[in-house]
Amino acid sequence: MSAIVLFMAVIAVIVGWWLSQQRLTAKPWLEEGAPGDFPDADAMTWPAAKIGLGVFLAVAGSLFALFISAYSMRMNMVDWRTLPVPGLLWFNTGVLVVSSIALQWAYLAARTDDMENVIIGLCAGGASAITFLVGQLVAWQQLRAAGYVVASNPANSFFYLITAAHGLHLIGGLVALGRTTAKVWRGAEMAQVRLSVELCTIYWHFMLLVWLALLGLLTGWTDNFVEICRRLLT
Amino acid sequence: MVDVQYDALADAPPAEVPEVELYHPKSWWTRYVFSQDAKVIAIQYSLTATAIGLVALVLSWMMRLQLGFPGTFSFIDANQYLQFITMHGMIMVIYLLTALFLGGFGNYLIPLMVGARDMVFPYVNMLSYWVYLLAVLVLASTFFVPGGPTGAGWTLYPPQAILSGTPGQDWGIILMLASLILFIIGFTMGGLNYVVTVLQARTRGMTLMRMPLTVWGIFTATIMALLAFPALFVASVMMLFDRVLGTSFFMPALVEMGQQMKYGGGSPILFQHLFWFFGHPEVYIVALPAFGIVSDLISTHARKNIFGYRMMVWAIVAIGALSFIVWAHHMYVSGMHPKFGFFFATTTLIIAIPTAIKVYNWVLTLWRGDIHLTVPMLFALGFIITFVNGGLTGLFLGNVVVDVPLSDTMFVVAHFHMVMGVAPIMVVLGAIYHWYPKMTGRMLNDALGKFHFWVTFLGAYLIFFPMHYIGLLGVPRRYHDIGEAAFIPSSTHTLNAFISIMALIVGFAQMVFLFNLVWSYFKGRPSGGNPWRATTLEWQTPETPPGHGNWGKELPVVYRWAYDYSVPGAAQDFIPQNQPRAKPALQGAAP
Repeated sequence: MSAIVLFMAVIAVIVGWWLSQQRLTAKPWLEEGAPGDFPDADAMTWPAAKIGLGVFLAVAGSLFALFISAYSMRMNMVDWRTLPVPGLLWFNTGVLVVSSIALQWAYLAARTDDMENVIIGLCAGGASAITFLVGQLVAWQQLRAAGYVVASNPANSFFYLITAAHGLHLIGGLVALGRTTAKVWRGAEMAQVRLSVELCTIYWHFMLLVWLALLGLLTGWTDNFVEICRRLLT
Repeated sequence: MVDVQYDALADAPPAEVPEVELYHPKSWWTRYVFSQDAKVIAIQYSLTATAIGLVALVLSWMMRLQLGFPGTFSFIDANQYLQFITMHGMIMVIYLLTALFLGGFGNYLIPLMVGARDMVFPYVNMLSYWVYLLAVLVLASTFFVPGGPTGAGWTLYPPQAILSGTPGQDWGIILMLASLILFIIGFTMGGLNYVVTVLQARTRGMTLMRMPLTVWGIFTATIMALLAFPALFVASVMMLFDRVLGTSFFMPALVEMGQQMKYGGGSPILFQHLFWFFGHPEVYIVALPAFGIVSDLISTHARKNIFGYRMMVWAIVAIGALSFIVWAHHMYVSGMHPKFGFFFATTTLIIAIPTAIKVYNWVLTLWRGDIHLTVPMLFALGFIITFVNGGLTGLFLGNVVVDVPLSDTMFVVAHFHMVMGVAPIMVVLGAIYHWYPKMTGRMLNDALGKFHFWVTFLGAYLIFFPMHYIGLLGVPRRYHDIGEAAFIPSSTHTLNAFISIMALIVGFAQMVFLFNLVWSYFKGRPSGGNPWRATTLEWQTPETPPGHGNWGKELPVVYRWAYDYSVPGAAQDFIPQNQPRAKPALQGAAP
């Protein structure tokens, strides 16, 4: 359970930092007065959708941290046989990085009111994300053809489960990206789409980060890292 | 003392909060059924939760009939008994209490109390309810599928949960897991709304430290639920894989009916960790909204400001954080390392500190208050007493050495029913009596309400106090029939019969309450906008019940905290939050 406890600690630090900015030591019974008398105490000025996305990322992060926790507890059991990770995953990872870069491109273009590049970025990002998903499905096929079916070993079960969870989150992101692209396509003003592009970009970077963590876990690179941490702690 | 008068002119310019684009319903269907108005969604949540809660109430009667009069009722066999306890527990904890506090009270009170027009994502909010309804329907459908609902116990521990010895192994467990997954998806949609509305849509002047404690409680509980429910989600998905696809996440190698099963190597303890990583915060997900609501009820009905508001807020936040590092105290008998046991016992007992602060502050709020023994106040007082009782037995169970012999006895059942069954239900009922006038414009009948309170309160004690004693004797929980055992005196059977009769009576008292809800809706005394003379914003709406968009043309502006009761020199014994600053009257000013 160390992954999820660590994740919760990070969340706690963020929440604690935010709370420390909120005048929680105020004595509200003495502070009668008009709004504006107490600076920095009003509601957040960020758009609701952006805050909503931030909260959602915390929820999704907690979900993946729990998968990682379960994985690392289960892998210490005797019947665990590590799965040979298909080489295709490296290609897929590259595609997902491209997808993230494309969306960053769209985001930077949106900030400079360059609609043409926004469209290019969004389309390239969407196309490469779809390529990533197709690549994941092909990787599943390859594993299945090689006899690594879902129930034959817990390592396989986790592989399918975790990649599926990540893929489903990405599909959810594609729905939002599709709506944004459609809006741009129909000739929406930059002011109407800038926020959507930004949120898609944040989500894409998050999904890339999660994928890198999961890839490290599934390929076993992080084992050495975890081992070093454990030595340091004990 | 300087004379003060309250200036009717606003000190601040009208609200400059950006107007949100409200969705305006165009037909009866979008107004009352597929509504995006948080108040309608709140009532939909509450009615659905109450309906499925009634099923759980009937199930508890069935269990008590069996325990009180074993062998008398031929329609309750051992399998059905297990199904009844499982469904009773799951419904009460998740589909009733969580849904009612967050989906019901959260939806109704957050926008009104922080001065917003609606939740920030109304469409997602509507989806949240419909997914919740689907989850409830899937859950209820398990009563009608072949094999019936699962009988795995509400904790659904593997391996027994998906083995053929447990009733409901065919469809019951699959649908239960599917229903939980749906519930979590629906809740996440709603939860995002509650959190972001509090963060972003507060009206001008509503600083965090001016929010009523109800909002603090619901807000913190929602954050906890958003972070804790994924653990149940992960556990449910993995168990669904084990059951349907034959994986071995949780399932060890097993021989069933002489046959080696296909499972092997899995870890049931892993499930327990995931389940309780959700399950313990869940206790506080139910308790924190109750803490918040009860603070407001006590302050309003004792006409006194809440004692130690800052401490109350800090305690809510501290309890929320601590509740994530105590989960393994549900697993003392799972064979954990003694050092872990010591760690979790310590964190568990540390939670008693912020909790005790809250109890002291409630009592100190009552101290020398102008206590009105209204029905909401009676329920609030009932809550404090019950919560202290339940909390004290929690100290027993939090200690490893005391817990081990008490584990899986009726003592545990009595403990958690007191602390997270009866206590939060007291608050739910008090809150309904308190806010029903705002929701309907009519008061609930007072005589019926007092009858309801006394029967429920005394009855709950007559049910659960003797149950502690039965547990101390060593009578195990989850047993269909305790039979004849040397350590169980025959008086236990008499006591069990008594408890069962009390359970029937308390259950019937709830029917009186439901009658009151319906009768008062049509015939109740008109309440006016602010019958309890309360300060918080929801009582200051231009219409009662509040119209679409909650406020008239302009949003309210907040000038003070939520607890200005009995302020010396004020004209009334309460000053609403949106009343501008008091100005010393000219003639009374010091020379």
